[in-house]
Amino acid sequence: MTETATTNPTAPPAPAGGPLVPATRFAVPGRIEVSGRAATVWQTATLTEIRRETPRTATFRLAVPAWAGHLPGQHLMLRLTAPDGYTAQRHYSLASAPDDSGHVELTLDHVPGGEVSGWFHTVARPGDTVEVRGPLSGFFAWPGDRPALLIGAGSGVVPLMSMVRHHRLRGLDVPLRLLVSARGPEELIYASELGTETTPVFTRSAPQGVPVGRMAAAHVAPLLAERPSGGWEAYVCGSNAFAEHASRLLVAAGQPVERIRIERFG
Amino acid sequence: MNVTRGFTGRPRVDNPGLPPGQYDAGEDWPVLSAEVTPDLAPADWSFRIDGLVERPHTWDWDAAHTLPESAYTGDIHCVTGWSKFGVRFGGVCLDAFFDVVRPHGSATHAVAYSHTGYTTNLPLADLTGGQAWIVWEYGGEPLPSEHGGPARLIVPHLYFWKSAKWIAGLTLLDHDEPGFWERNGYHERGNPWEEQRYSGD
Repeated sequence: MTETATTNPTAPPAPAGGPLVPATRFAVPGRIEVSGRAATVWQTATLTEIRRETPRTATFRLAVPAWAGHLPGQHLMLRLTAPDGYTAQRHYSLASAPDDSGHVELTLDHVPGGEVSGWFHTVARPGDTVEVRGPLSGFFAWPGDRPALLIGAGSGVVPLMSMVRHHRLRGLDVPLRLLVSARGPEELIYASELGTETTPVFTRSAPQGVPVGRMAAAHVAPLLAERPSGGWEAYVCGSNAFAEHASRLLVAAGQPVERIRIERFG
Repeated sequence: MNVTRGFTGRPRVDNPGLPPGQYDAGEDWPVLSAEVTPDLAPADWSFRIDGLVERPHTWDWDAAHTLPESAYTGDIHCVTGWSKFGVRFGGVCLDAFFDVVRPHGSATHAVAYSHTGYTTNLPLADLTGGQAWIVWEYGGEPLPSEHGGPARLIVPHLYFWKSAKWIAGLTLLDHDEPGFWERNGYHERGNPWEEQRYSGD
């Protein structure tokens, strides 16, 4: 075989002795083996409880008797079916920690015009059934092993809360920190459950004496300064705009790119 | 059929272009990359094809732009459920790159990889015959970095995770080797018309 490289004559020459193979480093391998079987089977889930979290969000507890179990950070696919056979399906993060209760919990925003979240927020009541398949994807999963630096905004806190709950439920010693952004205290999901591991950031209104403003380098720096043994595994979840902002803050503060996992809404 | 009490759903649209289980995202174009968006200038971008080819080759930004221009106008489909209609991407058809490297007859699959290290696997047959492009324009403007700019692969007849952002190269193989999402439970081919979302679908 012969090697040829077409280059712009005005560009600097390629490094001698090698082809222009870019240095790529997307470590971020999946954390777990994913069960293909669990992912392909639709199961009936029965709504057993609805809990209001904030004016725009509520938690929906579902009984899924044959649930295969999940890790914090994983999601499921949920399907609603209309009488004419029309279906709508969405991916939702699991909010509950893995346990053996045969139940899982989802916390859903009431999306304006959302056909699935709208059904949950305005029609659903205990006893209703929907269909789910999962758990899905190992990429954003946290098995509870590595120090976890969790950064979320709005309902992006949902998969991160599964990690916080797992950490508490199992009494894990590995360091875990949550940095969460909300418009104001009344929109901070799980507010009553958050503890000393959490730093809330309020962007529109805050309690007396608490600053208002966007998440900034000053929020991230003290967390990175903790330097836990083995380094932080960072999990970022939120809108794309938030994820771009937060991931840039992390990179600027020295967090390795290959140890930042991002889940964006969409 | 497992009817959901009280669920009617959106008004039905007769859209033969919408694959099963998908909805029309309208003007939205969600960004779903799992990694940090790289700072990659056109001057730092390159694209290489190697593996089972006669002449492995690397193009830089200007060299890639000397190849015949080609555009894709049509639809794209994301495994998370959204489809986007009537998009226009400008760049070069992948066939023009293959004409230079000349794949061996033994090549059956490719691993596409990004400047971030993201990977995805594809049958070679899905990349040839005017079905795949390297693109740097969207709607007549430079492709934004969060959507894969300066240049990405597009394979619009498959779910869009196959269309690797920040494309850096293709390695041609005589076997299938799972890429990033494929190792994370996603389907090896990802045909939206057969709803091949997850491994085993």
